[in-house]
Amino acid sequence: MSKIGVFICHCGENISATVDCEKVAQEIRKVEGVEYAIDYKYMCSDPGQTLIKDAIKEHHLDGVVVGSCSPRMHEPTFRKACAEAGLNPFLCEMANLREHCSWVHEKGEATTEKAFDLVKMLVEKVKRNKPLDSIKVPITKKALVIGGGIAGIQASLDIANTGHQVILIEKDPSIGGHMSQLSETFPTLDCSQCILTPRMVEVAQHPNITLYTYAELESLEGFIGNFTAKIRLKAKSVDHKKCTGCGACFQKCPQKRIPSEFNAGLGTRTAIYVPFPQAVPNKPVIDREHCNYYKRGKCKICEATCPTGAIEWDKEDEILTEQVGAIVVTTGFNVKGTDFFPEYGYGQYKDVITGLQFERLASASGPTLGEIRRPSDGTIPKKIVFIACAGSRDEAKGIPYCSKICCMYTAKHAMLYQHKVHDGESTVFYMDIRAGGKNYEEFVRRAIEEDHVNYVRGRVARVYEKNGKLIVKGVDTLLSGEQVEIEADMVVLATAGVSNCGAEQLAQKMHISYDPYHFFAEAHPKLKPVETNTAGIFLAGACQAPKDIPETVGMASGAAVKVAGLFSNNELVREPLIAVVNRSAPPVFSTCVSCFMCQTACPYNAIEREEIKGRDGKVIKTVAKVNPGLCQGCGTCVAFCRSKSIDIQGYSNEQMFAEVMSLLNH
Amino acid sequence: MKIGFYPGCSLKGSSREYNESVVAIAKALDIELVEIKDWNCCGATAAHSMNEELSLSLPARILALAEAQGLKEVVVPCAACYNRLMVTQHELKDNNKRERVTDIIKMPYSGDLKIINVLQMLETYAMDKIQEKVTKPFAHKVACYYGCLLIRPHKILQFDRVEDPQSMDAMVKLIGGTPINWAFKTECCGAGLSVSRTDLVAKLSGNILKDATERDAKAIIVACPMCQSNLDMRRGAINETLSNPSDIPVIFITQAIGLALGLSPKELGLERHFVNVKL
Amino acid sequence: MENKNKISGDIHSHTGVEVARCYQCGKCTAGCVLASEMNFPPSYLMRLLQTGTEENYDRILRSNTIWLCLNCENCLGRCPMEIDIPKIMDYLREQSLNKKKVNRDANPIVSFHKSFLDSIKYTGRLYEVGLIAAFKARTFRLTQDVKLAPKMYLNGKLNLMPEMIKDKKGIGQIFSKTIDNPKTKNK
Repeated sequence: MSKIGVFICHCGENISATVDCEKVAQEIRKVEGVEYAIDYKYMCSDPGQTLIKDAIKEHHLDGVVVGSCSPRMHEPTFRKACAEAGLNPFLCEMANLREHCSWVHEKGEATTEKAFDLVKMLVEKVKRNKPLDSIKVPITKKALVIGGGIAGIQASLDIANTGHQVILIEKDPSIGGHMSQLSETFPTLDCSQCILTPRMVEVAQHPNITLYTYAELESLEGFIGNFTAKIRLKAKSVDHKKCTGCGACFQKCPQKRIPSEFNAGLGTRTAIYVPFPQAVPNKPVIDREHCNYYKRGKCKICEATCPTGAIEWDKEDEILTEQVGAIVVTTGFNVKGTDFFPEYGYGQYKDVITGLQFERLASASGPTLGEIRRPSDGTIPKKIVFIACAGSRDEAKGIPYCSKICCMYTAKHAMLYQHKVHDGESTVFYMDIRAGGKNYEEFVRRAIEEDHVNYVRGRVARVYEKNGKLIVKGVDTLLSGEQVEIEADMVVLATAGVSNCGAEQLAQKMHISYDPYHFFAEAHPKLKPVETNTAGIFLAGACQAPKDIPETVGMASGAAVKVAGLFSNNELVREPLIAVVNRSAPPVFSTCVSCFMCQTACPYNAIEREEIKGRDGKVIKTVAKVNPGLCQGCGTCVAFCRSKSIDIQGYSNEQMFAEVMSLLNH
Repeated sequence: MKIGFYPGCSLKGSSREYNESVVAIAKALDIELVEIKDWNCCGATAAHSMNEELSLSLPARILALAEAQGLKEVVVPCAACYNRLMVTQHELKDNNKRERVTDIIKMPYSGDLKIINVLQMLETYAMDKIQEKVTKPFAHKVACYYGCLLIRPHKILQFDRVEDPQSMDAMVKLIGGTPINWAFKTECCGAGLSVSRTDLVAKLSGNILKDATERDAKAIIVACPMCQSNLDMRRGAINETLSNPSDIPVIFITQAIGLALGLSPKELGLERHFVNVKL
Repeated sequence: MENKNKISGDIHSHTGVEVARCYQCGKCTAGCVLASEMNFPPSYLMRLLQTGTEENYDRILRSNTIWLCLNCENCLGRCPMEIDIPKIMDYLREQSLNKKKVNRDANPIVSFHKSFLDSIKYTGRLYEVGLIAAFKARTFRLTQDVKLAPKMYLNGKLNLMPEMIKDKKGIGQIFSKTIDNPKTKNK
């Protein structure tokens, strides 16, 4: 005879506002098997948990049902409390009276009845619960970091410094990401590459970090502590073990006019190339799509020039398989191009550029060596217009969110321009100024008060070209909507920050969630910003949402600590809510009929075949067996099994039926 | 091939030459235009500025007539009428509005008619024929002026590109012309204020003419009778506002195509223009 | 949540536009070809509606803004929040007429529209001569386009006789049920 304790929580007012908790506790007391039932304001609090523990001891309870919030919130809390009172934690269940009941219905009798039904279902289930022990799985103490921008670099260094191995993969030929493309960073106007390159070198030299550039994730399988990652090492066509980085090859390469990705399309590069002078590794790769040899079988000048014979024409992509225990995703973001804007010219005006392109102009290693010059004719612009919110906060264009960093970098760009072109005139068309970080507001005021950047509140309706100048038609909403027309030499659009290309495919490969804009989803927007809903996979940086460098670095270190925390245990404790094939005494041994439909159905390859042998060593029958380390408890096998020989511990067929019948016999 | 035809009031009156050129090139391109019987005025700007139900009922009657006549597709050369008919068809997807309006016009209405403008008609049915039959290439540098109502509201019309449309430009290229890149393709000419505020039309149409002339266009090509009238008939008032008066002609796309197909200026109505058409 | 303000509530029920969505970016005004001629430009009009006061609403109905608006739709085409300003303008025009608050400077524009509609009410199709005659009668602009008329006639663009449709009754009853319906005038 069961002795179940039921604890109905008011959850402050979250549940009691629509559910009569006292009544539910009263009514549930009448159900057969319920020994003790109370209601209380905050079951998850210390006094609340004490109530449970005391009740277990006083009334010798052999099962506990807590009617409160979602198990995702407090199942561990209540299970721990029961364990402390001596009750197996898996004899404790929660009935979700909040997300499933009080939060979605109006106050009334029907709501209270539903709450009662939910609790009763769980009582019937718990009557059939069995004590279970957690499963322990070994952990591979190696981390995989995907993406070599500042987030990936920081995360890799932090994990490596805790003594664990890290594999860092980056799809471009060099690490560094967007931060390496910036000229100076706000609010300090530090030279971006100067503060970044030391870290890049540290990554390359760190004994605990294995760096693979020009590499991408091919596939991912497994689960927390036990992932199997297949990494595609794209063929560089250059053997980096032989290459010394002397640079002779790309000086001679005849294909010189390929738009440079690093220079955001403003400069050119060769087919065999190193993306920028401070690249890590500072060794070239061959872009086979534009190389004369790969396209037409001609040239090979680089091979002739190379003093060490490092060119490998026939190298193919390699797939590397690595076992890792945790993954940090730091794949970064992208920005919209000027072709996204019909009203600003559909990308056809050379002197209408993006913020990122402006960074390249301002950068000393850029196509104009740090001089602000018009891409069309190379002259120095005397009048620049900066358009903030280009594409962001724009429902009509499908980007309703704010891209966060543009107000700050626009102020920075205007300041850099004024510093470089003393007699230049700059105007910023803005809607709001979002400068919430430390020293950010003061930075923007400097632009307005000291550098005399002209800030006009209003958006720009259109930009068109006339006689080599760009006519900007804007408005000053603070002057009651007076139209403002400027004949500018250059227009810089602070274009919206968007997810990186391939983000959706990557998320699907890793089975992590993403939002409608293909930014990866954090597990909880407030309290779990660096975790995903997939255990063992963490996030950092702009792949989760547009953000600036301090936030990115903070998140990267946060993700690193989560990984280190995971690796600080020798084993991973897993919930025992997994499938088990029944075994019984001889001569039956098991009701399994050896059809192995379960093995075909299992998405995690967790089912194996087990031979049952007699004392003479002969095989009596081969039955299915579940690998407790791989099984995720999804239940697909249970649905397929024809002989009902496989069941989920803690969610058995019997328990499920009991819950349903409890509802029907209301 | 046959297609329904809604000329509208301007094609019968002050923009008679548009009608003439549409009919002439339709004939040359083997397109038979079946005029909607007993059609009424669509209400243009006046109706929607004064009363919503009136502005929906007048076009609804036209669409109902077309349906009753068994027409499946109707070409509407006048951009304003095209816009009113398309917007009405869209608004009447709402059940309440449709009920009210069909009650007012007392005619059955299904809303299934396909409504196209003259550019769409040429794009869908005549591009190859035009290419074949060009005998006198229209070798001129011209500015294609689309105006407002062919392109906007984009969500309803779903035609061409909203800021820098290209359909007329493509047609001009097809007949041997050189369309220029210019900045006033879709800026309003002053529309229905032609009579009540001629000064504003002079200002707005002046801006358009100025940009086209400064960029060396020898003519402006239009597909809207209102635009043509404002840029052509009101040239006197416009030139008073410009420091460099312009004498470039304004002709309909159908007239340009007609010329390329070898039709005479007279049958294309080119002699009815105010600004001399010397192309 | 229910909108407690009558003015924005009416706008919403008649045009489907939620005025709170406008965040006053000014892109509409920046691209409006006649903004400089109006009493106040479109973004300012939206702000007046947002205040929800009768006083500001009155200002709108009495302005020339709503009558100068050409419904060229450039504003809606560029508005990041897809606010249907043209539709609001049509609604405000009707309100301005029904409440007899039409701006004096806009009288010629209203007279033109009225003359246009009068013309098609009786013939079903626009009779340009009739239109101009009615316009001149209403506005006393007797010399309006007098120089243009002969050239128009010579170019064959002026029909001296109206073109009448057969179902004049059908058109007449459309008018009597809508714009000429006494009930609608007081909405």
